[in-house]
Amino acid sequence: MIAYQLSIFAENKPGRLAKVTGILRRGKINIRAITIATSDVFGVINVLVDDPEGARSILEREGLTVSMKEVIAVVIEDRPGGLDRLVQLLLDNGINVENAYGFVLESRKQAVFVIDVDQLEKTQEILKDAGLETLDATALSAIEPFHYMNY
Amino acid sequence: MYWEEDIETMPREKLEALQIERLKKSVAKASDSVFYGDLFRKIGLDPNDITSLEDIRKIPFTTKDDLRDHWPYGFLAVPKDDLVRMHSSSGTTGRATVIFHTLEDINEWTNIVARSMYMTGMRKSDVFQNMMTYGLFTGGLGFHYGAERVGALIIPAGSGNSKRQIQLMQDFGTTAIHIIPSYVLHLSSVFEDVGVDPKSDTQLAIAFLGAEPHSEKTRDKIEEFYGLKAYNSYGLSEMDGPGVAFECPYQNGMHVWEDNFILEVINPDTLEPVADGEEGELVMTTLLREGMPILRYRTKDLTWIIPGPCECGRTHRRIERIKGRTDDMLILKGVNIFPIQIEKRLMDVPGVGTNFLIILEREGFNDLMIVKVEVQKEFFSGDLKQLEGLRRRIVEDLKSDILITPKVELVEPGTLPKSEGKAVRVIDNREE
Repeated sequence: MIAYQLSIFAENKPGRLAKVTGILRRGKINIRAITIATSDVFGVINVLVDDPEGARSILEREGLTVSMKEVIAVVIEDRPGGLDRLVQLLLDNGINVENAYGFVLESRKQAVFVIDVDQLEKTQEILKDAGLETLDATALSAIEPFHYMNY
Repeated sequence: MYWEEDIETMPREKLEALQIERLKKSVAKASDSVFYGDLFRKIGLDPNDITSLEDIRKIPFTTKDDLRDHWPYGFLAVPKDDLVRMHSSSGTTGRATVIFHTLEDINEWTNIVARSMYMTGMRKSDVFQNMMTYGLFTGGLGFHYGAERVGALIIPAGSGNSKRQIQLMQDFGTTAIHIIPSYVLHLSSVFEDVGVDPKSDTQLAIAFLGAEPHSEKTRDKIEEFYGLKAYNSYGLSEMDGPGVAFECPYQNGMHVWEDNFILEVINPDTLEPVADGEEGELVMTTLLREGMPILRYRTKDLTWIIPGPCECGRTHRRIERIKGRTDDMLILKGVNIFPIQIEKRLMDVPGVGTNFLIILEREGFNDLMIVKVEVQKEFFSGDLKQLEGLRRRIVEDLKSDILITPKVELVEPGTLPKSEGKAVRVIDNREE
């Protein structure tokens, strides 16, 4: 299954991140994960949200430059070696990871690792064959990360 | 004291008579070129109609666009075989303007450069380090030939490699240098880095500053740091290059060598002459050039004629330091740059949006060009590497055109001032 990550072009200066989070707050968009990559004076803010289409349209309405990208959100075990199993699998199949980040779903049980890879379809098949679960946008919006009620 | 006393101190009346005589010849010579031949036919001008200096106003102005439109040989007044050298102005829009010289042209040019250097006190006993770029740019070769004519020992160092420059000065006892103002300012910090005091550890006595306008304050700073006399040099490739106008030991304005050029200052809007002392655009006519005579050339440089005679005894009139331009040409590290050049280059790069902004900064003694460029919305794929690639490509493309490495910053679409009408695309923060 495919998930969608939004990338926002932003100059590397105070207030740019706050503008993005402010717009998402007003749009009642929930952020699952966020990473920032910068290069001297400009950068890219990557966000994984519960409603990618909705988030994209309100961000663009506010004049931001947004790109939507297909990524794979893989459910991994939240224990030592959990991530390694996935990464070794990708390595064995010659998959190159362009960007990656993760967040915990349920402590010591489940985490989600988001990967931006060069061979999207092949990667999906490999993960399926290995019995690893992937989440799509709907699944990402349904999950409730790290909720105390689970304890 | 004088290189050619009879010419340099020639009474005005006699000098003007000489100008008329030479102007007639120059106009007749120019009519041999395609450009002036056609022009004179079109307006019905007979070179014999020129009988006084005022008659020069019968000739239309020549502009850089004319030179460009008749590139490369439209202004040639001699067969191509008679040419011995070409020079090209730095930084032009699209096609560079090219100036051709015969051996006699080089000879006359060399003479006025020698005259200028001699005027400031340079002699054959001097060691002259030419720290200008050799090549298409007139500053390097022009001064080289002039210094050779004076008989000085020339170190053809070229520009850059600051530590070696300082080493050369020390090893060979350099007494005179030719350098652009921003570079000599930058060099002062290198002197400090290597722990050499130009005042006590070198024999520097004279600096010729050219290719870039600079202020009186900058000159004072340079003279103070280096313990030398700095002389302002004005020139442009269309009028040979350096040696057109030069400061004498009184350092109060630059003498225009009126036996070689006719000097006019006009109101750039009405195109009418302005009174001495009043600011306007400098218009120049070559009097001795045979390969490529240029008549009433609009330099786009703003200055004024300093009224009254100079204490040095020379009768050739003086112009004030260049005060600015009538167009939007920028001068950075001695290189002439038009914003349109940058615009043209940028618009050819896929991924570049509609707006850009040029910011000129002075970092210490170093001039820096920052180009802020909007990224096209559709180009953005969320990939930082792609943006980096775009940035690098812009740097390379601009560098190949303007010869200077700009700092390029990519900005979000719609964040720069819109380019409607006459947008301010240049912010110059270099003012002192």
